[in-house]
Order: sequence, then C-alpha cells, then structure tokens
Amino acid sequence: MRSRIRNWGPGLLMVAPSIVVIAVFVYVLIGATVNESLTDRHTAAPAENYVGLENYANLLDDDRFIHSLKNLAVLTVVFVTGTLVLGVLWAFLLEKGVKGEGFFRSAYLFPMAVSFVASGVVWRWLLNSAEGEGAGGLNALFGMAGLDVLQNPWWSHPDWGMAAMAVPAIWQLSGYVMALFLAGFRGIPNELREAARVDGASEAQLYRHVLFPQLSPVALTALIIIGHMSMKMFDLIMAVSGAQYLTEVPAVYMWQALLTNDYAKAAAIAIVLLVVVAVLVVPYLIHNARTERQR
Amino acid sequence: MSAVDTRVPQPTTPTPPSPRRMGPDARRVTARTVRYTLLFLFLVFVLIPVYVLLVTSFKPGTEATLTGAWDLPQNWTLDAWREAWDALSPSLWRSFAIAIPASIVSAILGSMNGFVFSRWRFPGSDIVFTLFLFGMFIPYQAVMIPLRQLTSDLGLASGVPTLIVVHIAYGIPICSLIFRGYYSTTIPNELVEAGRVDGAGLIRTYALIVLPLSAPGFVVTLIWQFTSVWNDFLFAIFLSNTRNGPVTIALNALAGGQLTDYAASMAGALIASFPTLIVYIVLGRWFIGGLMAGSLKT
Repeated sequence: MRSRIRNWGPGLLMVAPSIVVIAVFVYVLIGATVNESLTDRHTAAPAENYVGLENYANLLDDDRFIHSLKNLAVLTVVFVTGTLVLGVLWAFLLEKGVKGEGFFRSAYLFPMAVSFVASGVVWRWLLNSAEGEGAGGLNALFGMAGLDVLQNPWWSHPDWGMAAMAVPAIWQLSGYVMALFLAGFRGIPNELREAARVDGASEAQLYRHVLFPQLSPVALTALIIIGHMSMKMFDLIMAVSGAQYLTEVPAVYMWQALLTNDYAKAAAIAIVLLVVVAVLVVPYLIHNARTERQR
Repeated sequence: MSAVDTRVPQPTTPTPPSPRRMGPDARRVTARTVRYTLLFLFLVFVLIPVYVLLVTSFKPGTEATLTGAWDLPQNWTLDAWREAWDALSPSLWRSFAIAIPASIVSAILGSMNGFVFSRWRFPGSDIVFTLFLFGMFIPYQAVMIPLRQLTSDLGLASGVPTLIVVHIAYGIPICSLIFRGYYSTTIPNELVEAGRVDGAGLIRTYALIVLPLSAPGFVVTLIWQFTSVWNDFLFAIFLSNTRNGPVTIALNALAGGQLTDYAASMAGALIASFPTLIVYIVLGRWFIGGLMAGSLKT
C-alpha cells in the first residue's frame, strides 16, 4: 500500500497547487455566486435574508430577460450555422492542395488573432443602419454595387438584429472551424480514399460516404466550441452596439444588473447562463473522457 | 498530402459547350475556376474590414466620415496614429505587463499538470482533469461577483496585479490540456516507466527527461495564452478601469465615446492588434498548433 502511494503520491503533489487554485477560483466561486443568487442583495449593502429561488422566479417573469434569451438563441443559431458552413466550405476548397493554399489559409484564419474589441471598432461602422443616400458601411457597398435590395438595418432590426450581430462573429471564427476540418481531412488515412476510388466511387460519393462520416467527431468539437463561445458572447456586443436593450444577451444583462448594484439578480442571471452552457458542455466532456479511457 | 494533385497544369480549352459533352479535362478546368473564384470572393470578405481600418486610419478627422468609408484618403496623414498612440500607449504597456507573466506562469503550471495527467497518473486523475476542463468552458460571469471580493481579500491591487493572478488561474485548464496532449504524443511511456523502475523520482524524471523535450509545447502554450490574455475584455472590464487596465479597455473607451474620432479609433484598433498579429504572422504554424490542441482532440 505504502509503495503504491509512493508511486503516485508525488504526481498528486505536483498537481496540488493547481488543484487548489481551480477548486477556489472555479468551484468555490461558483458556489459563492449561487449563494449570492439566493439572497435579497439588491443594493451595494450586504444581503439581509435568503429568499430561496425568488430571484430565479423573477427572471422567468422578466420580459427583458426572456428577450435576452431569445436574442441569444438567434445569435447562436446563426453564428454556429454560419461558421460551420463557411469553415467546412473553406476546408473543402483548400483540402486538395491548391496553389497558394498557405496564403489563403493564413488569411482566412487571421481574424482569430484579433480581439472582438478591436474588430468591433470597424464592424460598428460596417453594420451601420443608414440606407439610401446617407448609407455607410456595407449598406453603402451594396448601394455602389447596385444591390440596394440587400441594404438592411443590420443589428438595429427589432426582430432579426441578432442575426446581423452574428456576422462579425462568423467573420472572426470561420477560419478556426476551417483549421479544425483541415486537420480532420489530413488525419484521414490515404488508403481510405484509394480504396474508395478503386471501388469506383465518384468524387461526390467519396466525400459523402467516406470522408464526411470520418469527420463527425470534428464537427461535434466545432459545434461545442463555437456554441459555448456564442452563449458567452459579451465582448463583441459591447464593442459593436454597446450595452443596449436591442442587442442584449444574458452576459450583457448581467453586467448591466451589476452596474445598478443588483448583486442577487446579476448572480441569478450568471447561474442561469452557467447552467445553459453546462447542459451543452458537460455531456461532451463526459463523452470525451469515456472515449479516451477506452483507447 | 492529398492523393489528387490538381496543381498539374492542364492544357486549357476554356469552352465547355454543354455539361454533358464535357470531357474530364474540361470538367477539371471548370472545377478549378469555380474553386479559385470562391477562394478569392471569401478572401475579399475576410479582408474588407482590414481595408476600412487601414484607409480610415490615414485620413484626417474631417475625411473620416461614415459615408466616405470606402474612399481612399485625399490627404494622407499620420495624425490619427499619433492621437491613438497617445491615448493607448500607457495601457499597451500594461497589457504586456499582464500578458507576459500570466502566460509564463500558467505555461509552467500547465507543463507540470500535463506531465502528471498524461504520464504520472494518480487514482482519480482523469476526473480531476475533466473538472479542470470544465473550468475553461464556464461563462466567467458565474465567478465574477465573488472574484472581485476574493482578489481584494488576497490583497491584490485592482488592475495589473489582479489581472495577472486571474489570468494565471483561468489559464491553467487550457495550458494543462495542451501539454497533456503534447506529452502523450512526444514522451514515450517506456521512458518514464524506466525512470520509475530505476527509482528516479518524479522531479528528476520531469527535470531531466520531460523538460528538455518541452520547448515546442511551451511555444504553443505561450502563444495561445499570450493571445487570449492580450485580447481579453471581460475580466478587464470587471476588474480594472481605464486608468489601470489593459489596452482593450482603453480602446473601447477611445472608440465608444460620445465624440468619437473615427480615424483615431481605427488606428487604435490596429495598434492594439499589432502584438498578436505579429505573433500570428511570425509564428503562425505554432499558433495553429495551439488551436488544434485547444480543441480537446489531440
């Protein structure tokens, strides 16, 4: 027994500092936020009473919160679909080795290196809502190209504004999905392609029945990573539209609640957001850990 | 590399009469034309914001208007760049002061953790690792309120010291993940086992066998961590202000004010992006390595 502990004990010791840090900064603090969300701390003064789930119940009755969830849903659907479609398409276009592949790949991927705050500075202009004579940004570009029909109010649209908010996000992260899929394509053994060709498969059949099925784990990874990024979206919205009702998502609402010192409400919003993300991520992490153990 | 080499120059007869009568060569030419057209269209999509940023940043304030966004400057000037530099340079240095130590410390911790999680496991280490990973997916709003309290209880001053500690803490999961993946493909299990049998302790094995092989892992991790710390806005806005915060905060203030100088904010966006862009251009291959490692599939 003692020799076994001597065997793995030092490993545990080496990780111990990080375990303490993660335990405190992640799990203890999440616990503290949950605790805060159960109190009546609606001012800067300390909480006086526990109120149970009242803050959560209030959120469900809060049109503003429901609105922010709807915004988040629209943003996430458009963002995830857009990056996956573009990312897969770019990877498909580059996968067979084209001239200047490295250049295209680097160009498509470079927005990843830039912060949402920096790219937001220019997207705020590009997505300006003015149309016709006074149009700027993309609307002006459509006007010059004679595509006036495409002019639209972008994120100022009351119902579909969040779909426009996804445009900069798609711009920023499609290259990432492309890189994931390119690595996926490269990871497929060449024999598989050869075998399919020998069997007389056409190019379309090769992709449809041989290559794409091999890439479903990559697609799952991309879906989880982009999906959870979208649910946490804060920087981009603050940079493009600023905090305002029209483009509000839970992460921004939480920040606004905190500015008015409504700690309990801010904490409740944060925990709802955490649960939404966890529903997506936890099954994935468990699945990942299981498949690894089987290997 | 792929099996089909589409780069072989084809004798071009660019007159496909009808799809039905197209020969294999003609079809290949069409496919290639379509492919390059699409590639260039997407290139334009990706570069449009860069064009607007660049041309606006060289305009005098009077020319930098929304309706003239697509025009080239009539009078080229560096005024906006000077103004942006004056507004951002103090925060730029603070960003370096945050990002450099934070990336180095979390990379070192990540290397130690990655080694244990891949090659010196203890009972339950897979569960601990999964619990670490969850820490990288959480919306940080869920820790932000008590985090302010915690950092002040720890005696950390608002701004740079707080942000260094916070970025180290929340950088541990991704750094451990990258190193775990790296070690499980580069350090043979036999090497570590041999050390164990010989009675070489963990520290000696790590210092003499693992560390000397770790340089590529460190490059990838440091780039990843530096980029994400540099680009962070969320922690910065919760835990610092324009007087003691990083460049993302200063840029947001410069670009978001009531009387925004568009030329200066565009120049500022470029200035704030240069460090990470240079890293990306010079060390692109490693940058992509980090992307892949950061996606769990290693």
